[in-house]
Amino acid sequence: MTSVARSSTCVVEVGGIAVGLCSNDQSFLESVRQRYAGFLSSSRPVVELDLELVSRAPVSDEDVRVRREGSQWFLDRGDFHAQWDPRSGRGQVWQSANPYALDSVLRILHSLILAGRGGFLLHAASAICRPDREDEPARAYLFSGVSGAGKTTMTRLAPRDVILLSDEISYIRPVASGYAAFGTPFSGELAKPGENCTAPLSALFFLEKGPENRIEEMSSSEAARRLMRNILFFAEDGELVDELLATACDFVEKVPVRRLTFYPDRRVWEEIRTFEAVATHA
Amino acid sequence: MPDTYIARSSNIAARMLAGEMMVMNSMDSTFFTLNEVATAIWQAADGRTPLRDIVSSRVCEQFDIDPEQAQADAAQFVADLAQHGILLVSDHPLGDSAVTEER
Repeated sequence: MTSVARSSTCVVEVGGIAVGLCSNDQSFLESVRQRYAGFLSSSRPVVELDLELVSRAPVSDEDVRVRREGSQWFLDRGDFHAQWDPRSGRGQVWQSANPYALDSVLRILHSLILAGRGGFLLHAASAICRPDREDEPARAYLFSGVSGAGKTTMTRLAPRDVILLSDEISYIRPVASGYAAFGTPFSGELAKPGENCTAPLSALFFLEKGPENRIEEMSSSEAARRLMRNILFFAEDGELVDELLATACDFVEKVPVRRLTFYPDRRVWEEIRTFEAVATHA
Repeated sequence: MPDTYIARSSNIAARMLAGEMMVMNSMDSTFFTLNEVATAIWQAADGRTPLRDIVSSRVCEQFDIDPEQAQADAAQFVADLAQHGILLVSDHPLGDSAVTEER
């Protein structure tokens, strides 16, 4: 008697965008469920990806290539090849069993989806500060900068009541009040996924280490330039870049962007709390 | 000396923010912030108006700059942006397809 492998699906929802992952490899799908445990969802997926494992060497150190042909997007790296049609919402992924391959596909996919919705993925740590008073809303903060600027350090120094959304890749979408940050399972050095929750953004800080803690204003053009430098986008696509530049300009007009020079100890979070208190009661 | 014509490349994204023009090349992600004078030249880069006329009508008159100095500065500015693929430069008028929509 011939046995037919049955295909199963799990849905991973990040930032309110649900992606269905379908595979007939039950053990791989189980590893996916474990990896994205805090982000599994019963929502109807807006994208459905058929995953097929291929026995290629897991080479992942080459650059990712993302291109659009007609309505179809093609994503390539040594350890995966994927294609996705936004019109049908369906796509296929051929990948090695390396979980980082699927992680990369999801990051790229979300960056493409977000670009059309006025959002973006940002090289930044993000966290939610619980308010001092119960009647005040929780607010989220972004900490961005080049590698080594202090994103992971900021998350390591965070007080215990701060909710970590990501130590590496932050998820930003427009909301009625401006912009909001969402937790992501995409982790960096901490190798720890963020919490699956969201809050309106209070500020974006560009990090620089220094001898003391200091928060300074930035010009709109400098803020937009630095924001664009840290937004994740993979395609050399004019339409996409145009959408992202429009979003970046809108973002810096709605969300305070500051330069945060900090000495790496816990007192930097007191500076954030002070900033928050002033902003809340301004 | 032949006229120079300039047009905005189709590979760029541009937005006005707080009175400054942000320009980004989608091919290599180079980013420029244009000052007022450069923005005036950028906005007039329609591929049909000679650079010399753009400078005299949009720069010298509006910003009260010495004409000779303005022409030299404009030539340098155009050369810089052309080197980064932001502007197209020709000694004859350029077609409409080369000019991007300004927002």
